[in-house]
Formats: sequence, C-alpha cells, structure tokens
Amino acid sequence: MRGVFLFCAVFSLLALGCICVFLFINGVPFIGKVGLDNFFGMQWNLHEASYGILSMIVASLYVTALAMIIGVSLGLFTAVALYKFCPPKMVAVIRQLINLLAGIPSVIYGLFGLIIIVPLLRDYVSPNGVGYGILAASIVLSVMVLPTLVGVSLDALNAVPKNYYEGALALGATKEQSVFRIMLPAAKSGIMAAVVLSIGRAIGETMAVIMVIGGSPTIPTSLFQSTRTLTANIAMGATELTGDPKTALIATGVVLFFFTLLLNVSFSLLKGGEKRENKRAQKTGS
Amino acid sequence: MKTNAHKRQVLKYVVCKLIAQAALFVSLVALVIVMVFVLLRGVPHINMQFLFGEYSIRAPSIKPALMGTLYLIVISLVVAAPIGIGSAIFLAEYTNSKSRLVRLIRIAVETLAGIPSIVYGIFGYLVFVVALGFGYSFIGGGLTLAIMILPVIVRSTEESLLAVPRSLREGSFALGSSKVRTIFSVVLPCAANGIVTSLILAVGRVVSESAVLILTIGMVVDIVPKNFTSAGTSLALAVYGFSQRYPEQAAATGAVLLVLVVAINILATLLGKVFGKGELVDG
Amino acid sequence: MDSKFNITVRNCDLYYGDAHALKNVNIDVEESEVTALIGPSGCGKSTFLRMLNRMNDLVEDCRITGEIKIGEQNIYDKGTDVALLRKNVGMVFQKPNPFPMSVYDNIAFAPRTFGVWRRSKLDNIVESSLRQAGLWDEAKDRLRKNAMGLSGGQQQRLCIARALAADPKILLMDEPTSALDPISTGIIEDLINELKANYTIVIVTHNMQQATRISDKTAVFLLGEIIEFGKTESVFTNPKDKRTENYITGRFG
Repeated sequence: MRGVFLFCAVFSLLALGCICVFLFINGVPFIGKVGLDNFFGMQWNLHEASYGILSMIVASLYVTALAMIIGVSLGLFTAVALYKFCPPKMVAVIRQLINLLAGIPSVIYGLFGLIIIVPLLRDYVSPNGVGYGILAASIVLSVMVLPTLVGVSLDALNAVPKNYYEGALALGATKEQSVFRIMLPAAKSGIMAAVVLSIGRAIGETMAVIMVIGGSPTIPTSLFQSTRTLTANIAMGATELTGDPKTALIATGVVLFFFTLLLNVSFSLLKGGEKRENKRAQKTGS
Repeated sequence: MKTNAHKRQVLKYVVCKLIAQAALFVSLVALVIVMVFVLLRGVPHINMQFLFGEYSIRAPSIKPALMGTLYLIVISLVVAAPIGIGSAIFLAEYTNSKSRLVRLIRIAVETLAGIPSIVYGIFGYLVFVVALGFGYSFIGGGLTLAIMILPVIVRSTEESLLAVPRSLREGSFALGSSKVRTIFSVVLPCAANGIVTSLILAVGRVVSESAVLILTIGMVVDIVPKNFTSAGTSLALAVYGFSQRYPEQAAATGAVLLVLVVAINILATLLGKVFGKGELVDG
Repeated sequence: MDSKFNITVRNCDLYYGDAHALKNVNIDVEESEVTALIGPSGCGKSTFLRMLNRMNDLVEDCRITGEIKIGEQNIYDKGTDVALLRKNVGMVFQKPNPFPMSVYDNIAFAPRTFGVWRRSKLDNIVESSLRQAGLWDEAKDRLRKNAMGLSGGQQQRLCIARALAADPKILLMDEPTSALDPISTGIIEDLINELKANYTIVIVTHNMQQATRISDKTAVFLLGEIIEFGKTESVFTNPKDKRTENYITGRFG
C-alpha cells in the first residue's frame, strides 16, 4: 500500500514537471524561431507575423501595480480595523463574510466590472468616454484580492505575540499608537506574504480582467484605453487562432508562468522568514 | 499635563484609526455591492425556461452549462479525490517532514496552487486537446481541473489527518492492527468530516473556474453535451460567453453561479464546524 | 501628580467577573524604597502590580473598588490620563519583551510616543537609559541591530532601559528575573539596588532570597489578601502572622 500512497504523492511532482516540460517545449522554440526582438517587441500583428508581447507585459504590470496600490492600502487598513478597532462580535461575522467572498468566482468579479465599474467610469470619470481599460481592470482586481489580503494580513497580525502590545501600553502608548507603531511593523513579513500572494492572483487573473480591459493589443498610454494583458492575450485568441499565432499564445503563457514561478519563490522565502521570526520571538520573548 | 507634542502624536494615530475604520467600511461596501448588484441584475431574468429549457438564439438557456458543470465536477473529483487523499495519507502517515522527497512534494503542491488558471488551460490544451487528440472535450477539461484542485484536496486532507489524535493510532496498533488497517479503519473515519469538507471546497473551485476551460472544453454554449468527449461549456464559462451578446443572461447566469458557490461554501463551513467540535471531544 | 510619588492603597477590592481576586488591600509604598511582593502562585501579587499602572484595564470584566493614590491623585479617577500615568509608572515584565526592532528604536519608543523626535535629544536619552541599565558598553556598537539578537539577560536590561527612557518615577517589576539564568539575575539585582536611589520600585518575586537581598519592605500576599507588610528584615526574621512563617519556611507555596 505504501507504494500506492507514494505514487499519489509523487503525482503532484510529476504533474508540475509535465506542465513545465510541455510549456517550455512548445513555447521556447517558438520564441527562438521568431526571435527575441520580435517576441518582446511592441507590435502584435498576426498578418505581419509580428508577435510582440511587450505591450501586454507592460499592461499586465500596470494593472497589477495599480490594483495592488488600491487593494493593499484598503486591505491593510481593513485588517488593522478588524484587528483592534471593531467590536469583537462584529469581527467574527465579518471574518465569515470575508471567507465567503474569497470563494466567489473571478468571472463574477468580471461581471461586476462589466455592469457597474465600466459604465460608471465611462459616464462619470473617463475624460475620453472610454470605460474599458487599466483603471477598470485594476479596480475589479483590487476588490477581488481584498478577501485574501484582509484574511492573511489579519492572521499575520493575530500571530504577533501579545506581550509586544502590553509592553507598548505599559510605556504610555495609546491603543492606536501600540497597534500602528508596534503590532503592524511586527507583522510585516506575514503581510508581505499576503501582498505577494495577491500579486500572483492579480497578474494571473484572466476572466475578471478580460471582461473590462477592452482587448486592443496596444501599449497603454492612458488609464482609459482599450488594452490587453498577458492573460487576456491568451484567452482572446484561444478558441480562434491556429498555427503560429496559437503557438505565440503558448509562448505568452511561458512568460506568464515564469512570472508566477518568481512570485512563488519569493512567497515561500517570505513565509520561511516569518516562521523564523516567530520562532525567535517565542524562544526569547513570549 | 499633556504637552502639545504628545497631543500631536496621540492625534496622529487616532486619525490612522479613523482611516482604518473607514477602509473597513469601504471594503465591506465594495464586496457586498459585488454580490448585491449581480443578484439584482440577474435574478429577474431567471425562469424555468432559462434554467432547464432548450437553448435557442432567442431564449438562451443554461441547461448545457449546468450539465457541463456537472460533468466537470464528476470527472475532476473521480480523478483528484483518490490521488489527493492518497497523497495526503502518504504525507501525514508515512513520512517525517525532514526527508528531501517530502520537501520536494510540498514545494510542488505549493507551486501548483500558485499557477494561474490560464496557464493550466494552455497545459490542458497541449496535452489533452492536441497531444492525446481528445479535441475540445469535458474529459480534457475535467482532467486539467483535477490537477488544479489537487493542492486544495492534499492540503486540507493532510490537515484533518494530522488532527486525528496520536493515541487513537497507538490504540489500534496495540490491538495488533497493521498500519494500512489502522489508516483505513481508524484514521480515515475520524478525519472523514474534514476530508468531505476539503472535497466540497474542491467542488467550489471546479464550479468557479473559467479561464482554464476556454482552452480545454471549447466554449460551446448552445448544445447540451452528449457525453464526456463532447465540447461544451460550464456555468462560469457561460457568464463570459454570454457577456458579449446577452448581458441579461450573463447576469442571470452569474446570479445562479453566485448562489451555487455561496451554498457550497456555507456547506463546507458548516461541515467544518461539525468537524471542529468532534476534534474537541477527541482531544 | 507632580510632586510626590508615594503609593497609597486603601480598602481596595478587585474582581475578575465573579472571582474576588484582591480583598480589602491596604498598603503604603514610600518614595525611593524597594517594596517586594511575595506569596504563593495565584495569590494576587501580579494582579496588584498591574493595578498600579492600570494594565488591568485590558481585562474586560475587571472591576475595582477602593482608593489607589499616587501622590495626591486617585489613579482611577475619571479624568486620569492613562498614558501619562503609565509614563510615570514604568513596568518590566516577567519575560523580556523587546519589540522586534533595533535597540535604539526600542528605547526611543517612549520618548517618541510623548513627542520627542529630535535626533540629538533622542541620542542622549538612549545613551543615558542604557547606561543606567548597565547595558551601554555591551550595546553601544549594536544600537542599529535588532534587539531580538540580544541574550535573555541583555533583553531584560534593555526592557528596563526602555522603561527608564520614559522618565518614570515608579518602576513596577513583575518577576523580572524568573526567566533568566543566575548570572543575569545577579546583574539585575545589582541594578535594582542602584536604581532605588532615583526610583520607587515595586517588585513581585517568587524568590524569597531575592526579596531579602534587594527590598526595604515586603508585603506577603495570600489568597488575594496582604497578610503581612513591614520592614523586610522583620517580616523574614520575626513574622507576626503564623501563615507568613509557614510560607517563608516553605510549608506551602
């Protein structure tokens, strides 16, 4: 029986190996074939065999960065409010609600963007009458990553030893000063992990983005302009293209995969750091 | 008496607190609006024809999507549940966490959990649609989803196995049971609630996924699938599929999907609570 | 509370919910003296100590009756500024709890809290606090390093320095050496003997030898009451209460 269980366990490893191999075998030679200049160029024009994904990389980074600016500032303060500045009875309820919201399909968030955010931006905010684009995608994504951000940050805050809090109060700090000057910085590695996790979700998100981003393969110069992220590029051509253009999508996937692996590594490094810190605190402090 | 400098310091962080409370309010409003608006827009368009009627261009229905979702749940669970549970048993019962293989497996599980849905889609397309020649089909989509939900099942099953008290295992060994018999007759039954919860969460994930399916099951919204090898759609994919031409139906499908996912999550939470109580009694 | 910093406690009772944790406590702590609180575990010593800087405010269903004055001010009056009270009444905890930041920032925490941000001023406070706590020579080259890297005994002295940086008049110490090795304990006891010239010190201890070594007066707690209070010497050599004698001769506790 041990062998059977071992096989099951190794299956994940095999699956990951297969994913890497299939993606790289199919994607990397294509990048070689069309050349780095072409593939990482500005032009995406299938009729001219230009497969430049630079504008999509830029759009992906813009969308992710802006979503993080909105999401992290909102999510972090929300977590702090839930940590100490909210009636305990409400915290339990809100916690449940947030867990529930973390499970909502991304396509629902996309729909929300499509029926609310895009018209709202188009009619009231956008200077050029376009609602689609980076701002819409960022807003949708920032709401989408909120539950994860708040949940993980709150866990990180709760994991900070309570005796730091007492120590700060005993020195004459108010509750607010203790939370913001001691507890929040002490939770920073856990919070960073939450942020990295959210960046991973935002950069890899397809459906919520594709419904509000517009889709033109042009380099973004405005917040209100139809553009295309890496994920949107793959999804939009997925069912229609064949031949080289389809392979170009696979190569786009390789680039995206590379980004996520990078984030994964930094996430596990951060988690390791957090564990070490808490251990050190337990050994000496609490 | 408070000095002015002290007062400023106190005030500064009181302002921070107010900002935090405002952020909490904004976050809650934003998240509630997402749910409420989708329901408000969608629910009025839900009727029997829309849910279970035959699909026509005039009156699109989600019967194909409902069937498709069901197919995907069955295929992915049949594949992922035994592998995931077996994997968790290996990690929880047969190893010490120091071994290099175990560390590698854990890293693989973590990494799998972090790969974007659309990248899984490409993988599924390359393997099932092209290499194995299935074409766009539920079997290809379901198998790809099975790999995606594997980390969910492995991690939470392992947790519930580890929560089973050591004394129960020792008791079983003391009665002369073998390791395998102990696992199947003592450990798994004790952890059953937790394992079922993890499977329900995995179903929630299958129902929610959409990007991975574009590349593996096609996006055929109008035909009720005949069998596992048909191309088709799922509820989540149909939301996207409808969103261009049928915004009302897209919202209605979204509402159905939302209710379904929330129900699944509540079910999982309730089961988790039952499980949590059981643990207290054991410990 | 500007002039005198003696502590007067009259007819004080403390409840945690329904539990009666302190019963009719009366005590006078004079300035520039070390008062030791001894007694078996769970007898209310720490509760009493935490009452003096209102740390019990953190406990939700904690109720206090009676009069607790520092100088002329009743610290449980409505108008009391708890932050200023805690600035004047510093506290050192059982387990060292330096903040996970640099040695310098740890000590600068209290001054900054009260509005001192000028660099030169902070530098002075940090140096003098560390010197008073006998840590300057060991720490001066690592002011910018994380305080968690110090040894347990150094961490506790850092916590003392951190409390001194707030410029308190009274120091409360809750079994400050119980988590430390004998050598670090000795260093901290010497430190307490030096500090009592400038500060009023109230110290909870489990160790009766320690009480005799460092304190001027001793209060013996039993089941939430003070059963004996007086000069340390007379409490230990000539106890008035039979229960005190039983306790110090090791018959219970």
